Amino acid sequence: MASDAMDIDGSSPEALRAFYNRLYPFPSIYKWLNQNDQAPSRLFTHREFAFTLPGDIYLRYQSFKDEKEFKAQVLRHVPTRFEIGPQYTFRPRDKKTAKPGTFNPLARELVFDIDMTDYDPIRTCCTDAGICKRCWGFIAAAVHVLEDSIRDQYGYEHLLWVYSGRRGIHLWISDWGAMELSDELRKAIVGWLTVVLPGKDSGKKVNVRSHSKSLPPSIGAVIGHLAEVFDELILETQDVFASTEGYEALLALIPDAALVHTLRSKWVADPSRPSTDKWQDLRQLVKNHKQKALLKSAMEDIVLQYTYPRLDAEVSKHRNHLLKAPFCVHPKTNRICVPVDPKTVDDFDPDEVPTVGQLLLELNNAGKDSAAEDEWKKTSLAPYVEMLEAHTAAIIESKRAIKQEKNGMSW
Amino acid sequence: MFKSSHLPLEHADKKSWASGGASSSSPMEYPTPLNFYEKPPMFDVKLEQFEQSALDRLRILAEIESCSARGRPWDETKRIVSTLCQKHLRLSSNTAGGDLGIMDTQKEDERRKDHLSHFVLRLAFCRTEDLRQRFITAESTLFRCRFEEATPAERTLLYESRDFKWVKVDDVEKKSLEANLRATLTGFKNIAEQNDAWDRDAFYKVQWSQVPQLVEHRRVFLKKGWAYVPARQQSAIVFREFEVHLRQALNMTNRAMPQMDEDTRLTPIIDHLSQGFLAGVASDWQYEEGDDTTKLRAEQVDEYAKKHWPLCMRSIHDQLKKDHHVKHYGRLYYTLFLKGMKLDINEAIAFWKKSFQGGKVTEDKFNKEYRYNIRHTYGQEGKRANYQAKTCVALLTGDAEYGCPYRFLAPESLQTRLQISYADQGLQSSDIHEILNNKKGSHFNIACTRVFEITHAKYVKKGEGLGQSETVTHPNLYAERSIEFETKKEGPTKVTSKQEDDDLEGIIMQVD
Ligand SMILES: [Zn+2]
Repeated sequence: MASDAMDIDGSSPEALRAFYNRLYPFPSIYKWLNQNDQAPSRLFTHREFAFTLPGDIYLRYQSFKDEKEFKAQVLRHVPTRFEIGPQYTFRPRDKKTAKPGTFNPLARELVFDIDMTDYDPIRTCCTDAGICKRCWGFIAAAVHVLEDSIRDQYGYEHLLWVYSGRRGIHLWISDWGAMELSDELRKAIVGWLTVVLPGKDSGKKVNVRSHSKSLPPSIGAVIGHLAEVFDELILETQDVFASTEGYEALLALIPDAALVHTLRSKWVADPSRPSTDKWQDLRQLVKNHKQKALLKSAMEDIVLQYTYPRLDAEVSKHRNHLLKAPFCVHPKTNRICVPVDPKTVDDFDPDEVPTVGQLLLELNNAGKDSAAEDEWKKTSLAPYVEMLEAHTAAIIESKRAIKQEKNGMSW
Repeated sequence: MFKSSHLPLEHADKKSWASGGASSSSPMEYPTPLNFYEKPPMFDVKLEQFEQSALDRLRILAEIESCSARGRPWDETKRIVSTLCQKHLRLSSNTAGGDLGIMDTQKEDERRKDHLSHFVLRLAFCRTEDLRQRFITAESTLFRCRFEEATPAERTLLYESRDFKWVKVDDVEKKSLEANLRATLTGFKNIAEQNDAWDRDAFYKVQWSQVPQLVEHRRVFLKKGWAYVPARQQSAIVFREFEVHLRQALNMTNRAMPQMDEDTRLTPIIDHLSQGFLAGVASDWQYEEGDDTTKLRAEQVDEYAKKHWPLCMRSIHDQLKKDHHVKHYGRLYYTLFLKGMKLDINEAIAFWKKSFQGGKVTEDKFNKEYRYNIRHTYGQEGKRANYQAKTCVALLTGDAEYGCPYRFLAPESLQTRLQISYADQGLQSSDIHEILNNKKGSHFNIACTRVFEITHAKYVKKGEGLGQSETVTHPNLYAERSIEFETKKEGPTKVTSKQEDDDLEGIIMQVD
């Protein structure tokens, strides 16, 4: 196998062309964006696509009349990746002919972007572009919190999680109520979900207890789960407070000088003391402290600061923000941006995601005997495409149900 | 003069105009002073009323923008707006009864004026996104001021007047969500107070998109898209609905505007109104015939210019001294300004004659041309109109060489000009940055107001403007206040007489 894989350079333009031509699931992407498996609607025809071509050439405001043209244009340009924007008031390719001020975004999936680099101040295993199974835990924790919050608080049901191909994850929400949100309302959701203030500097970044001492209910609902994540991920897997830098960052978040002094003396004397024990030291001291309530709140805030999802707010706030399409190839890793099942996100291993080279090899090995359509079925891409298909089927079914209910009511 | 006319305020519904003119109103036409402006005014309006009511409202909206640009706290803004409303757009409470002498007919008139002026300004501010946004922000602030001043009974009347799409949370559900809902009751001194609020206050369910502000700051409990709003935050739903409704209405009016352009009588008024708002000011100064003691004499002008003139007039004055000449608009603006400062016609001729000496204008030429123009400006020649001194709006939208220097000068030139003019009155180079920032944000009148504060630091603190937090809206107002402070007169002179319209540039239309 290994020597065969050498025969296909997944990063070459030929490989990319072959991938688009034989494997990229255009029909599935089309149906998902169109929210309908019938004729193209404005959700598709008035939708912006943007192509990134080799040499940092960026083609914006592409749009296609149907699935066929979509595929033809991708094959014509062979973009290293392409992004999806909103449905506009006009076909984006006719943008130039629109009167000034009339070309505006109308609808768009509500999207979220979580990137590992926002966790760089915390994670100990990798930096920058790197990601491993150990730091994926941050992403998994974020997925769980957002899944619960968005479904329970906002009532949205059609959530698609997509691996970004390297070190992050995207969320696409296709409920109609989410599609038509104005930028102002998107900003409100982002505010609701922003618990950890962004920034690379250390220090307290959580401020969620405006007037009351207790946590707002939306955060109170997930703090129990995050405390478990904290124990496993922060204390054990990442051992975040092992280094001097690590435990000093923790001490900076404790609002009691005497207590900080006690802990520091103890930890300086025994620097290799594991994070779990250090956290236990803090817990013991808080238990009998006269400021117990205040310190317990501080401990909850620490849990939030280390585990609550860190969102790239700008991506979510504007309808016209572009986001990389699912099933694109990440140009650095050659891995496919595949959908991720939130139920098994804890077990997701970025290193096991198929690469272009691997998929083409699988296709070659499968032989040419079967039909040319849906060739992805013969490869390890299959479960991922099926995930998107199922997601789209649910969107279409729920649209149909709403329509039926409306018709029923008009009787 | 126009007698009266139906004004097409709601074009989307032309029929309502055809059937309009329902001038007899029942006492219930405006059951509360709080108006959501959902129906266009249906009474006959005189063109003067049309414009005057809009100008009065504009003053208030301009002051609201100014408060916001100066970052005034809410309580202060509310106090200023409320004071100004008393003067220009009074809206008495239902409870302001017979004892105070406010009869129902008077309340009705106030509410009609409020109603009318809002709809007139919609016409003026629907045309660009920038204007729409500014109008919505200012109107929402005004509505919020009034809402907070309204009595509980008046608010209830408003709640009942339309569907706010809220559902009162029943006791069973309230009980079942107690922990979550209680957590949104914040800001109490102690638990007893919170318990009390919990027992007493209702919760209302709305779609979360109706209260984005509360959602953004996590002030509500959210469940499956419903936001549970405590009664004490109920106003947030109302304010939001006010904004959403006004935005839709402005978009509709904007789409209907082309049909409206047929009515050529209105177009200039509307243009004038939106210009005033663009400039951020509405003038609040009017000329008053003075007695002899307050009259200005030609030989005093030089001294007064240095001590009391705002930068625009100071600049014209300085150029006149230096070059012994200024061009047409410089002469026009300055003559009218000096007339407003009670320099009478003979003194004016003396002043100008002296100022031109040493320049290219010979005495002969002066007598032939300039004397006539001065007399014309004073209403002594030609159609004998009594022209008004130029307002800040006129100077902001007027001649680039002699208009508002805060607007028309490049930042470096403005800096130099300020230093030359005011360094000996306390303006320091450290103040310049703030003034240039105001200019950058297009808050020209605030830059000017700030300079007044700095150069009159003996009399006013930062934020007090021309006294009583007033912003500069007229160069003569600036100068008058400066003189008043120096002569330690108590309070500003109140001005009441309305002069004939300014038609030198056709800014305000003349109707025959
Ligand atoms: Zn790692």
